[in-house]
Amino acid sequence: MADTILKVDRASKRFGGVQALSDVSLTIERGMVHGLIGPNGAGKTTLFNVITGLYKPDAGHFELAGKPYRPHAVHEVARAGIARTFQNIRLFAEMTALENVMVARYARTRCGVFGAVLRTAAFKAEEAATAQRARELLDEVGIGRYADVRARTLSYGDQRRLEIARALATEPTLIALDEPAAGMNATEKRVLIELIERIRAQGHTILLIEHDVQLVMGLCDRIAVLDHGQQIAVGTPAEVQGDVAVINAYLGSAHVAV
Amino acid sequence: MKPARLGLIVLAAVALLVMPLVAQQFGNAWVRIIDTALLYVLLALGLNIVVGYAGLLDLGYVAFYAVGAYLFALLASPQLTDNFPAIAAMYPDGLHAPLWLVIPLGALLAGLAGLVLGAPTLKLRGDYLAIVTLGFGEIIRVFLNNLEQPINITNGPRGIGPIDSITIFGWDLSKKWNLFGLDIPSVTNHYYLFLAVVLLAVLICRRLERSRIGRAWMAIREDEIAARAMGIHTRNLKLLAFGIGATFGGVSGVLFAGFQGFVSPESFALQESVMIVAMVVLGGMGHLPGVIVGALLLAVLPEALRYVADPLQHLTNGRLDASILRQLLIALAMIGIMLARPRGLWPAPDNAR
Repeated sequence: MADTILKVDRASKRFGGVQALSDVSLTIERGMVHGLIGPNGAGKTTLFNVITGLYKPDAGHFELAGKPYRPHAVHEVARAGIARTFQNIRLFAEMTALENVMVARYARTRCGVFGAVLRTAAFKAEEAATAQRARELLDEVGIGRYADVRARTLSYGDQRRLEIARALATEPTLIALDEPAAGMNATEKRVLIELIERIRAQGHTILLIEHDVQLVMGLCDRIAVLDHGQQIAVGTPAEVQGDVAVINAYLGSAHVAV
Repeated sequence: MKPARLGLIVLAAVALLVMPLVAQQFGNAWVRIIDTALLYVLLALGLNIVVGYAGLLDLGYVAFYAVGAYLFALLASPQLTDNFPAIAAMYPDGLHAPLWLVIPLGALLAGLAGLVLGAPTLKLRGDYLAIVTLGFGEIIRVFLNNLEQPINITNGPRGIGPIDSITIFGWDLSKKWNLFGLDIPSVTNHYYLFLAVVLLAVLICRRLERSRIGRAWMAIREDEIAARAMGIHTRNLKLLAFGIGATFGGVSGVLFAGFQGFVSPESFALQESVMIVAMVVLGGMGHLPGVIVGALLLAVLPEALRYVADPLQHLTNGRLDASILRQLLIALAMIGIMLARPRGLWPAPDNAR
């Protein structure tokens, strides 16, 4: 019944002498929040960057919504339907919140230089639609009142939310969130969890990298655990929590021996 | 449109139309200064697309100005017919390309030069890009200086002239004419043409700025990786910025050649590129009113300082050289402005647009 949004088949990536990823496979079903966890240096970010086209994989097959997908250029990844946020927020700081979201409509709009200079009817219609959609998205993540404020002046939590609004604006098949809760306090985290759940309720599929284990366990439908570039476990939060390999990876094997 | 705003626009329009008529009462030299300033505004507007919007520091922008100027010079002077009998045979009356042909041609050629410069520099950023573009600007100037051997194309450091004056629909801008007893000299004619071109350029910039393309440029300026993650093809858009920015330089060059009647490589030195970058930065990068103010100020300031430098020279019994003194005063003024207003004289307001 559930159909597959992203299928990663035996992806590998090596940096010099370090095998950052070896034969990692991943399947994400539609409408799920799929967590990706692991200790520092486990290869989470590498896998994330491979999926989003920032790194070129050495090996591996990819399928996005049933179609073969080759993540070899970052801008094509967005067109193909994967939107991402960044661990260390990367907004367009000097542009307003509204413009930040409007930029993200780039891949889904068409008007070029001549349309813009001549202000054609098609341009005006597209521009109005872009602005309207951007406002809707800002309202949706709860920062509509800051539409005309420069992104750099927003609070940390609001910047995170703006990044999510920007990702949604690309009409993604899959939204990849890279440690969205990093640096957030308890209140901000609660708001974030609500937002992610609301996005899922709209039918979006989410890939979530996160350090905060509690947040991941509460939010995810399925979790994949990486360690030393290999997938050591995959399953529901409960299954993963009880997995011996996962406990070893996080706490060291001595803990199990006791 | 609110009546107050409409009134302001009408007032500004009248002021712009009357200004040269007033200025010429104090001597045509003043109108000439304003004409040159308008050409600099056009250059600054073009460079603003590359530096201000797309965030690509281009230190060789004057090359496109040179391309436009030399194109008009070659197509509307005896240079080619004198040196190439074949061309002289084809055009027994000499080459006199009309402006309406040379302007689009100059824009196109400069745009192509922009792409040629842009293509190899796409992977470079910041300081590295600045150095390569600086080199490009110098290459063009060195070419102009040396393309007289073995075949004389640019006439080397001696330059090309006389270039045809600008003629629009049979109306020769270099001729004085009389309107209700008021003498309209050549410089004032040129003022109106340049003003029209500058206004058109402002309109184009403004429309580009508030479009999908303009936003994509600014996104690249702010964060290239994030821009790519939004699906923006950064390579193509950077090339587009280089190309469109260069067309402004080309058009400005064509007008310059027609206005001066003579071009030589001297006019396209590194100093000019630096000045144009300074205009954009000093005025307020990426903010059109700021860029215009910056260009006007830096174009007029050296001339105005003449009136300060000369008395100072007399004061020191001629020991201080006026031209060096002027350079010093310009530098001091620029340092002063940047210290007082680090984001430019007139940056974009914080709560935007």
